[in-house]
Order: sequence, then C-alpha cells, then structure tokens
Amino acid sequence: MADILEILRLTKRFGGLAAVNDVSFSVPEGGIVGLIGPNGAGKTTIFNLITGVYSLTEGEVKFKDRSIVGLPPYKIADLGITRTFQNIRLFKNLTVFENVLTACHLSASYNIFESIFRLPRFRKEERDLVRKAEKLLDIMGLTERRDLVANNLPYGMQRRLEIVRALALDPELLLLDEPAAGMNPDETEQLMKLIGRIRDEFKLSILVIEHHMDLIMGVCEHIVVLNFGVKLSEGCADAVANDPKVIEAYLGTTAEA
Amino acid sequence: MDWSYIQGILMLAGINLIAVLGLSLLTGFTGLFSFGHAGFMAIGAYIGALMTVSPTTTPAGLGLPFAVGVIAGGAAAGIVSYFIGRITLNLKGDYFCIATLGFGEAIRLLLNNVQIFGGSRGWPGVPYKSTLPAIVIVDMLAVIFLANLVRSRHGRNMIAVREEELAAQISGINVFRYKMIALIVSAVYAGVAGVFFAHYMTFIQPKMFSMTKSTELTIIVIFGGLGSISGSVLGALILTALPEVLRAFEIWRLVFYGAAVILIMISRPKGLMGGMELTPAGIRKVRMERRARLDAQKEMRNGQEGEGRNG
Repeated sequence: MADILEILRLTKRFGGLAAVNDVSFSVPEGGIVGLIGPNGAGKTTIFNLITGVYSLTEGEVKFKDRSIVGLPPYKIADLGITRTFQNIRLFKNLTVFENVLTACHLSASYNIFESIFRLPRFRKEERDLVRKAEKLLDIMGLTERRDLVANNLPYGMQRRLEIVRALALDPELLLLDEPAAGMNPDETEQLMKLIGRIRDEFKLSILVIEHHMDLIMGVCEHIVVLNFGVKLSEGCADAVANDPKVIEAYLGTTAEA
Repeated sequence: MDWSYIQGILMLAGINLIAVLGLSLLTGFTGLFSFGHAGFMAIGAYIGALMTVSPTTTPAGLGLPFAVGVIAGGAAAGIVSYFIGRITLNLKGDYFCIATLGFGEAIRLLLNNVQIFGGSRGWPGVPYKSTLPAIVIVDMLAVIFLANLVRSRHGRNMIAVREEELAAQISGINVFRYKMIALIVSAVYAGVAGVFFAHYMTFIQPKMFSMTKSTELTIIVIFGGLGSISGSVLGALILTALPEVLRAFEIWRLVFYGAAVILIMISRPKGLMGGMELTPAGIRKVRMERRARLDAQKEMRNGQEGEGRNG
C-alpha cells in the first residue's frame, strides 16, 4: 500500500525550544495511525505543521507524493487533508445543519455574481449542497439535531459534529486531535467503532492523537510514540505497549520512583 | 410637520441605510469592526461630485449625469478599499479596527487640504439629484443583493470567518479573500451612500465625514443586531429619525439618543434583532431552533430520570 502522507525529518523550533525534533513517520493509504505521547510531546504541533497552521523549521511533509510545505491551510484543506481540534472549534452560533452546509462549500463552484443574481447554476449547486449536508447528517446520526444551535449540543455530539464537518470536505486524510477527550468509556467505545466505520465508508486514511489507550490500541493498526518532540517508538499496538522506552516515558524509571 | 420635512428624514435614513447595509456585511456577518467607513463615504461623495458638478461652477467638475457619479463614487471607494485591505486585513482583531480609524481620519485630513474641492471650507454647488424614489430603489437593490450574497456559500464562508477563523481556514475557506470581499462590498455601499449624500446636501465638507459619522454607522449596525439585515434596516430608520423626533428636547436630545442606545444594549445584548431576520423564512428558522432546543432538553431530562430509575 502506498503512503498517503509522508513526514520526513520534521522539525519545529519555537525560539530555542524544539517542540518537534527530527520526526519521521508515514500514514499508509486507508490506514489508521495513532499518535501518542505524554502532554507536551508535540503531537498537536505536528497536526498544526501538517495542516499549515504553523510553518515548519526543517523537514518535509508530502501528501500523495507531493510536498505541501509552505501552502496556506485553506489550500491544504482543498487538497484533501482536514482535521478536528483538541478544544472543539465549531461555528458555535450556527445550527448543526449550517455547520455542515458551510463546510460543504468546496463541492460548489458558483461565483459571487451568480449568488447575487441567483442564477441557475447557483440554484442547482445550492440544492446539491443541501442534499449532501443532509446525507452526511443522516449517515452520522445527527439528523434529529439538525436545527439545534451547535453550542447547545451535548459535548459528545459536538465532537461528532466536528468530525462530520471535516467529512463534508471530502478529505482523503483525516486528522483527529483527541476525539475522545472528556468522554466516558461507553462513549469512547462508540467513537472507536465510528472511526473504523468512517474509514471504510468514506475510504480515507486517519491519523489520530489520543490519550485513551483502549481506543488507540483497539482501532489503530500502527502507532507512533512521541516524547519531548522526539519519536520514541513506532510499531503495532503490542510492540509499542511492551517497548521499555515507552513504559519509561509514561511511568518513569524505577530509579526515579 | 410637513411632508418635505418627513421626506428629508426618510431620505437621510435611506442614505444611511445604504452605508449601514454594507457595514453590516463587514461587521455583522464577517466580524470585522470598522471605525473608518465615513472615509469611504467621503471618497464616494467627492468622486461622485467631481463627476456631476457643472464645469461652470467648479473648474474641476465634469458635468456628467448623476448615474455616472453613483457608479464612479462606488467604484472609487471599492478600489481604495482593496489597497487598504491589502495592508490591513492581516491585522488581528482590534488592530484592524484602529487601522480603519486611522484611514478615516487620513481621508478627512487629506480632503481638508485639496483646494480644488474647496478644502476645509467645503464644496458648494453639487447638483440636487437624490430623490426619495431613487434612494428607495437603491435601498431595495442593496437589501436584495446583500440577502442573496449572505445566503450563498460565499456568505456562509464569511459567517464562518466571524464564528471561528481557524476552523474556517481548516475547512478550506480562504479567510483573507473573504475578508477582502466583505471589505470591498462594504466600501462600495458606503461610496454609493456618499454620492447620494452629496447630491442631497448639495454642499460637502470634509467635517461631515469625521469619526463621529463612522461611529454612527457602526452603532446602527450593533443596535440593529449583528448578522441581521432586517436589524440594520430597522436600526437605520430608528436611529436616523430619533434625533429629529427628540428635537423638542433641544440640547437634551443627544443625551436621550445615547440613553436609547444603552437601553437597547442592556435589554437586548445582541441588538434589536440579534441575528434573526424579519422574513417568513427567518421566523421559521427561529421557531425551529427553539423547538430543537426544547426537544434536546426534554430528552436529556428523560435520560437523567431513566438513569435515576435504573440506578
């Protein structure tokens, strides 16, 4: 299987601090890769570097064999990479439906003049957008809440809506930043199933940051462990869980204890 | 009160409304506050007057028809806004606001020193061309264009920028471009309003386009409610007419004006309309949102009771 995303010797320094230092890994097409590590390990920084929110200091990010370094975030989104946020960032005052409809915008191509004069292409494409948004809400089980203002949604559903909004862009690579944060074990298990289902149904690849080890071990085929900006270990779930360096990073050494 | 007096107030309200609608797109829908839109009105007024003033009264005048003045005034404001946007739209939050304030003042001070336009003494002899029907037609067109824009993917993208800029970028929205579009549209609206203003007053002076005017426009947008076109319309009508209605109170009228604005802000923090629209679809939307909220609450209460029973 070809790699959809390749990260090569990625480095990001904030002043003297190397938040990410010489990290390389890749996400295979159709794969689910987990990114774990203690707080401050540089996981979210990597997401920000991939999506163009931060500019990288050194290294290379390749999406479908094409360098995406230096592209602005909206272009990277257009190419097919999208993400969710650790601290949910929905369009809070818009309804569930409007959140998804807004994100569908790349599927339409009518211009400003066509919208001001309501020309035929505007009306046709707008109908298609509405249909697409409704279909997505239906697949993800949010149809009943479509008219609820996003801010009034229960927490778990806000996370789910953020994923739906990301899917509205027809991404090929989905980055999930702690999707299970603040969820109880029950909700976490549901989410785990959802992530697998999304991958199969929407035919995309997923890179997920998570602290819930059950989720990571259950759903990811490949795991990358970071600590202090450096890649500690990499491999399948069992190999990573038994790696002494990983155990040390999470639990400390016996000498310290 | 005779008809010509009422007509005068309506015309002023209508002219204000053109500028307010544009500002509503920028502030209410895209989330950028401006304290310099009087500057764009001034550009519209002076360029418009330049087109229509007869060469016999002012050597600079071109003596062209009023329609040419309207188009030229709007276009000039739009072009200037593009260059202003290029340098200021990357500024975050309050800094953009301060930059627009500086721009508005700069335009006023520049005009103070352009002697062919009469400098700070003002420019008399602008033909009286603004009629109530013309203003009403332009207002209606302005509302229709704005409403259509806001309910398209482009309008939704602007709202997304207002709601959550980072998420908008990640959703493939070119934030800079949409801020620019909102700024240009708002400047064109302000420019057209300036042309009508000049051809209503028949005399223009840089002082008319001071920061007070910019602030007045922004207050109307906030008073009417951010993100509501009907709010902007109501706001422009009420807040333009209010000082006139209060004229009986003489020097106290501005105090009442201020008190009225504060009262609305306290009783309705989201403004008169607060994101709602006074249209059948707008009212339906509010009712659907309320029903969805009540349903969700009911469901959650039931869920808790259920858990209580089980536990």
